[in-house]
Amino acid sequence: MSLFADPRWSEAFAHLPDYLGNHVRVSVAALALGLLVSLPLAILSRNHPLMRGVLLGLASIVQTVPGLALLALFYPLLLALAALSLAWFGFEFSAFGFLPAVLALALYSMLPVLRNTITGLRGVDPAILEAAQGVGMTQRQSLFMVELPLALPVMMAGIRTAAVWVIGTATLSTPIGQTSLGNYIFAGLQTQNWVFVLFGCISAAVLALAVDQLLALIETGIRNRSRLRTALGGVGIGALVAATLVPSMARSPTSYIVGAKTFAEQYVLSALIAQRLRAAGLSATSREGLGSNVIFDALASGDIDIYVDYSGTLWANQFHHSDIKPREQLLGELKAILVQQNITLLGELGFENAYALVMPRKRAEQLGIHSIADLASHAPVMSMAADYEFFSRPEWAGLQKAYGLTFRAQRQMQPDFMYAAVAAGEVDVIAGYTSDGLIAKYDLVVLDDPKHAIPPYDAIVLIAPKRAGDQALRAALQPLLGKIDIGTMREANLRAAGGDGGSSSDAVARWLWEKIGKSQGHGISN
Amino acid sequence: MPTPPLIAFAHVGKSFDGGRVRAVDDVSLEVAEGEFLAVVGGSGSGKTTLLRLANRLIEADSGSIRIEGEDVRAADPVALRRRIGYVFQSGGLFPHFSVADNIGITPKLLGWPAAEISARVDELLDLVRLDRNLYRDRFPHELSGGQRQRVGVARALAARPRIVLMDEPFGALDPLTRDALGDDFRALHEKLGLTTVMITHDMTEAILLADRVAVMRAGRLLAEGTPIDLANSGDPYVGELLRTPRRQAERLQVLLPRDGAA
Repeated sequence: MSLFADPRWSEAFAHLPDYLGNHVRVSVAALALGLLVSLPLAILSRNHPLMRGVLLGLASIVQTVPGLALLALFYPLLLALAALSLAWFGFEFSAFGFLPAVLALALYSMLPVLRNTITGLRGVDPAILEAAQGVGMTQRQSLFMVELPLALPVMMAGIRTAAVWVIGTATLSTPIGQTSLGNYIFAGLQTQNWVFVLFGCISAAVLALAVDQLLALIETGIRNRSRLRTALGGVGIGALVAATLVPSMARSPTSYIVGAKTFAEQYVLSALIAQRLRAAGLSATSREGLGSNVIFDALASGDIDIYVDYSGTLWANQFHHSDIKPREQLLGELKAILVQQNITLLGELGFENAYALVMPRKRAEQLGIHSIADLASHAPVMSMAADYEFFSRPEWAGLQKAYGLTFRAQRQMQPDFMYAAVAAGEVDVIAGYTSDGLIAKYDLVVLDDPKHAIPPYDAIVLIAPKRAGDQALRAALQPLLGKIDIGTMREANLRAAGGDGGSSSDAVARWLWEKIGKSQGHGISN
Repeated sequence: MPTPPLIAFAHVGKSFDGGRVRAVDDVSLEVAEGEFLAVVGGSGSGKTTLLRLANRLIEADSGSIRIEGEDVRAADPVALRRRIGYVFQSGGLFPHFSVADNIGITPKLLGWPAAEISARVDELLDLVRLDRNLYRDRFPHELSGGQRQRVGVARALAARPRIVLMDEPFGALDPLTRDALGDDFRALHEKLGLTTVMITHDMTEAILLADRVAVMRAGRLLAEGTPIDLANSGDPYVGELLRTPRRQAERLQVLLPRDGAA
């Protein structure tokens, strides 16, 4: 009872039409495309051992690529294709969201359909095939009147497997910009909102089971020549698709799309921006959980209109600079580079979310460690943890070079868990984020970087080329610039990780605005 | 002047596995209109291959085959098969088709109107002595072996062919059913004026049903003719084949004297 009284359940339900609708659309399109390609290929290859081997081999290889990686690979591939298409044919398409998700998922659906169709067709009794020829059927008539109907149960089993795989894997299309039930899961994991994680998993599972059962109904209908069952299954699938299409049709196409990467701070900031736009009478939707490799390109090509990035991230990862410059200079140069791409750097929010070496305050005091320079002599007997990318980033190379750091052991961890791990003494040092609220919660200390080996990471608001001259947008966001200090952001992030009813990104964004509003109120009165 | 043969094999050869297995080796054989020919041989004798060559389920390597005077190589194989009835070993019925759909398949492929097909199906069910009301809508798996083979015969006759080819049609049936079905088919052969070629490994069945018997071994035609011709052929293998029915007949004569039972 109390479990369901949690306001996060109703928040989750409010997203359902959007997430479910998109999930069904991308899954149905992918499955349809997969069938359209796999079925003819399977039929053509049934009597050609070489072609069969090559097809099944390729499909198996695709299957071994992890779903997340397959989806992520399609984005740059399509981006390059879109650029070529624009250059050669003057025709541009969006490489973001729907298209790469459909293509990757369709590829994923091919193995079970190919394998089962080929197995089913080859499993037809040769005596029956000879009879089909003997009564005077052409090859085509034999295929459609005898072989396919007899192979149907095995084929349908493959199609059902493909449907379940596609619906499950579609949850991974969130990072490439395709809204799906995965939005619950990605947002939930990042903000430790287990209600969302659970809700996303359950809805995806229910959807997969429902589609599987409807397909089973069609299968038995065809097999038992029961028009009723076939029709019921068909109507069920049709109704599901129709029901999920209706709400998204109603959405206004002119709304601003606010992007967010895959961590809690980004969810809160995108919610805050969306709230400010709505308060200014503009319509806004959030596109959350985008991979950091995808989000900048999505902005550049206009698939999203606005998002918050960090100066050092763009400097090092997007533009591949390995030198580290002072804060103001780096921001200035970054602005110049962005202008060349018609991207507007609207301004800084006022805080930095930099990488920093973090350890428990007590331990640091005991050992007399205040800065990374002090840490270097203790490092060889210490272990260190960081997120999945840190050890391959230029900052780490810079730190090692500047301070001669070598640790006894290095571990990679989910960012949400590493603060608890360092607080509990499982590791000695972590590469944390300066704006993370958990630093205060676990009484950790951020070590100084006297040699400035870590570049500045000012949170900056970026606007897409097509919105460059949009004064209404600029005006709506102006009040945020320079108003969020590190203390405020840490507290907001801590609230977002609270795991209770007030921890939804919308609630935290409202709290944040109230706080900014107050400080502005003071500013005016003074 | 005798009527020209309806089916004529002339020096026909067919090998498999790149020439290593000569399944049919220089066979010449003619079947006159209205005749019932049985081809007898053991497994691997090439008898089934010979039958399949006639409606181009497989293609001959050498020699010529003429059906109704026309070389089969010049004919469209699909059209050829639609005008020749073919009864498969153990029926070869389509498991997902009802009895009526199985019987009506060749007329349907020929584009007959539905009403005409339906009437023809009823007529054929009567002909092969299956109750039309009881069996029309059943599926093959709901039939006994004998009933399946009756449907197989009905299907072969559906498009009113002049020629019927049968590949060990009664081989898998119990003796009683087999006997009844054989007699019923022989009666149909007479009634409809068919020209029939039946493949069998059973000399007794061949002698009892056919007008003329051809014996094959290792792809070659050893002998052909009426049972009396065969008895006089002098070929040791043919003699061996004839010994079994003869001995059976003699023993039955002793064990079941004609006037002893009553």
